[in-house]
Amino acid sequence: MSAERIWQRFTPAERMARFVVFLVAGILLAWSFRTVEIIPEFLMDAPEQVADLFKRMWPVDYAYYERGVHAVLIETLHIATVGTIMTLGIAIPVGIMAASNVCRVPALNWLATFILVSSRSVNTLVWALLFVAVFGPGTLAGTVTIAVRSIGFVGKLFGEALEESAPGPIEALRAAGAPWISVFLKGYWPQVSPAFWGIALFRWDINVRESSVIGLVGAGGIGMALDEALNLFHWDRVALILVCIFAVVVIAEVFVTHIRKRII
Amino acid sequence: MHKATESASNSRRPACSAGDKSLVVENLRKEYTRGKPVLKNINLTVAGQCTTAIIGPSGTGKSTLLRCINRLIEPTSGRILVSGQDICTLRGADLRAARRRIGMVFQEYNLVERLSVMENVLCGRLGYISPWRAWLRKFPQQDIERAYDLLDMVGLTEFARARADELSGGQRQRVGIARAVMQQPHILLADEPTSSLDPKTSVEIMELLREVASVNDIPVLVNIHDVTLGRRFADRVVGMSKGDVVFDGVPGDLTDEHLKLIYGGEDWLA
Amino acid sequence: MSTATVARPAPFAVNWWARFGYLLAVLYCLYALSILDISWDRLLAGLDNGARFLGAMFPPEFKRWKLLIDNLLESLQIALISSLFGVLISLPVGLCASRNLMPDWLTWPARAFIAVCRSFHPVIFAILFVKAVGFGPLAGILTLIFASIGFVAKLFAEAIEEISLKPVEAARAAGAPFLSVLSFAVLPQVLNRFIGFSTYQVDSNLRNSTMIGIVGAGGIGGTLAAAFQRFDYSFVCAILLAIIALIMVSEYVAVRVKGVFQ
Ligand SMILES: Nc1ncnc2c1ncn2[C@@H]1O[C@H](COP(=O)(O)OP(=O)(O)OP(=O)(O)O)[C@@H](O)[C@H]1O
Ligand SMILES: [Mg+2]
Repeated sequence: MSAERIWQRFTPAERMARFVVFLVAGILLAWSFRTVEIIPEFLMDAPEQVADLFKRMWPVDYAYYERGVHAVLIETLHIATVGTIMTLGIAIPVGIMAASNVCRVPALNWLATFILVSSRSVNTLVWALLFVAVFGPGTLAGTVTIAVRSIGFVGKLFGEALEESAPGPIEALRAAGAPWISVFLKGYWPQVSPAFWGIALFRWDINVRESSVIGLVGAGGIGMALDEALNLFHWDRVALILVCIFAVVVIAEVFVTHIRKRII
Repeated sequence: MHKATESASNSRRPACSAGDKSLVVENLRKEYTRGKPVLKNINLTVAGQCTTAIIGPSGTGKSTLLRCINRLIEPTSGRILVSGQDICTLRGADLRAARRRIGMVFQEYNLVERLSVMENVLCGRLGYISPWRAWLRKFPQQDIERAYDLLDMVGLTEFARARADELSGGQRQRVGIARAVMQQPHILLADEPTSSLDPKTSVEIMELLREVASVNDIPVLVNIHDVTLGRRFADRVVGMSKGDVVFDGVPGDLTDEHLKLIYGGEDWLA
Repeated sequence: MSTATVARPAPFAVNWWARFGYLLAVLYCLYALSILDISWDRLLAGLDNGARFLGAMFPPEFKRWKLLIDNLLESLQIALISSLFGVLISLPVGLCASRNLMPDWLTWPARAFIAVCRSFHPVIFAILFVKAVGFGPLAGILTLIFASIGFVAKLFAEAIEEISLKPVEAARAAGAPFLSVLSFAVLPQVLNRFIGFSTYQVDSNLRNSTMIGIVGAGGIGGTLAAAFQRFDYSFVCAILLAIIALIMVSEYVAVRVKGVFQ
């Protein structure tokens, strides 16, 4: 009887499902490799070209900072911050509408989900293209871009936080006959506010990154300076701008992690 | 000489059969911080089918001793011979080969919770097969047979496919023992295998360890806080205090005097 | 209200800090809006513009569907290939960056590398790679590989740092070689999360692959940017709808795949 004691890691059904997933992934990848238009010479050439880029970036043109970078860097931070604040104003009602335990109107749930999904599905840069077309190039387009793109993120996470909040206190307030606005302010908000501020900070951190590139399509901030330096082949200035972006992003992240620790 | 060794020599030698599978610890010393030895000068020889209980107060270095024996902790000085081979000088593959001859049972079982019971038992064979075969879970059929036999022995055959986190504490410890025995060890070390278990399960685990010792004809070293349980199941008791061996003899010789010497104070004996 | 004559402590502590914070935020917004040259007039003018813009977008024009599909497929290819390499490279990088299993001299360079990958927006990588390897999907693939490493390797490292070391100790005590320790004691503890991160990254790469074309790194973004430049807004609308559809399908697939690996 011991000869029949074969041991396998997965049941046949599990093996089958995994096999199908791997098979499909494999086929898709094989198809991608076969049809994607890559010129092998370019790939071989890449390390050399990258080395050449770095050579041209050196030495970094630090002198340009005062003249061409400082102002747009600050502008970038303003875009990120104002954009985030604008988002909070819109994301709170949308998040509430999306949370099915707070808002019991299916149509509103649907509408909110639609807003959230469309905000997230379109990339920041694409939003930026749209708003540059609408508002013309400049910081207004950038700020609105950041705000609109962030609604999906903040609203979704805020709605999820609301849905996870404990129903006990809410029932108690309802039982006491509180109007819904009081139920929200005294029942839900205290439960979700740490999460909300955490999400907002997290999104601000992301927005600092994003606002540094939307200028490439004309939506203001340091990206416009980067675009200009690239077009004029001022590689030493490109390097300076990249260093600045790196520094700001790292500082923003450290700042956010620090504050988050204190909130939570 | 210490008073300690005196008391050790006064007692009768434990009734252990001599065997080729043995452990010799000579002048073992371990300092975590310089100048503060946790183990001062341990000498210990165990051989053959023999269960040895190591007792002693918390913090005397019982766990440290066991971990030194399979070099999960580096001894500061001294020699450790497993079946005649000094393991203190080994490195890399040799160390791994030596480790697989030393089975270890942990207080908190140390199972991989997300793997099945079978995989956990087969973990004991990892020292024998290549990482590649381990990755593919291609264990030799005889290993799998052996694993089933061991699961039969510990009474968990029907749980072979269950995930380890579905088991109770006692069941997990049985898996831990099966895993250690799977290594075909020359010695088995158990660091407080019963401390997280209820009294009845503790007895069953100790019985199992004894059975393992006799079936495989190997020495078993058990760190244990429960003196009564240790006395009941061990062929030999080693009492440690402050990094030294202060008693070494058969359980019958372990008197209250000795216990006072080992644990200090006496109120708790009443 | 109360007729009590004894001075009682106020029933609620007034959170002056919070009020101060809100005030500060309002002042900041006013200041920033003036700096940024954002005004009500411009906003209104923009909304007016936006209405015309929306009018021009509808109905979407699907006549050039073949071009659309080709570009969409190129985006998909870029996303798949870069996810494959990104995840494959992230595994060792993430492992090297985990401080509980690896020595310091290895974790530091790995962490620095991850930090650089994370800090730059994919578009910036895309620009640099376009300069280095020319226009086309290759630049896009390289870009998204780096973007994937920044995200996946970081989360891999964090997941590995959170595992229980007890099974690792047990496997080591059984004399298992390092790779077996990984596959038996480490991987089972993190595999689910790895798969979660990886499917998320495929999704994220797909989103980004529709955008990096704007700077010339292949995929549908190039067509989109061109349509914008030609004010061909009905085609823009068609492209956007196609992108949203692709992403919704991919989200659905990701959920199903996660189900298989639960
Ligand atoms: N990794 C370590 N680093 C520094 N000191 C340690 C370490 N591990 C243990 N020690 C110290 O060594 C001494 C002995 O510890 P050990 O765990 O061996 O005791 P023990 O006899 O097993 O105690 P218990 O019965 O509570 O398990 C203790 O004082 C402990 O603080
Ligand atoms: Mg201990």
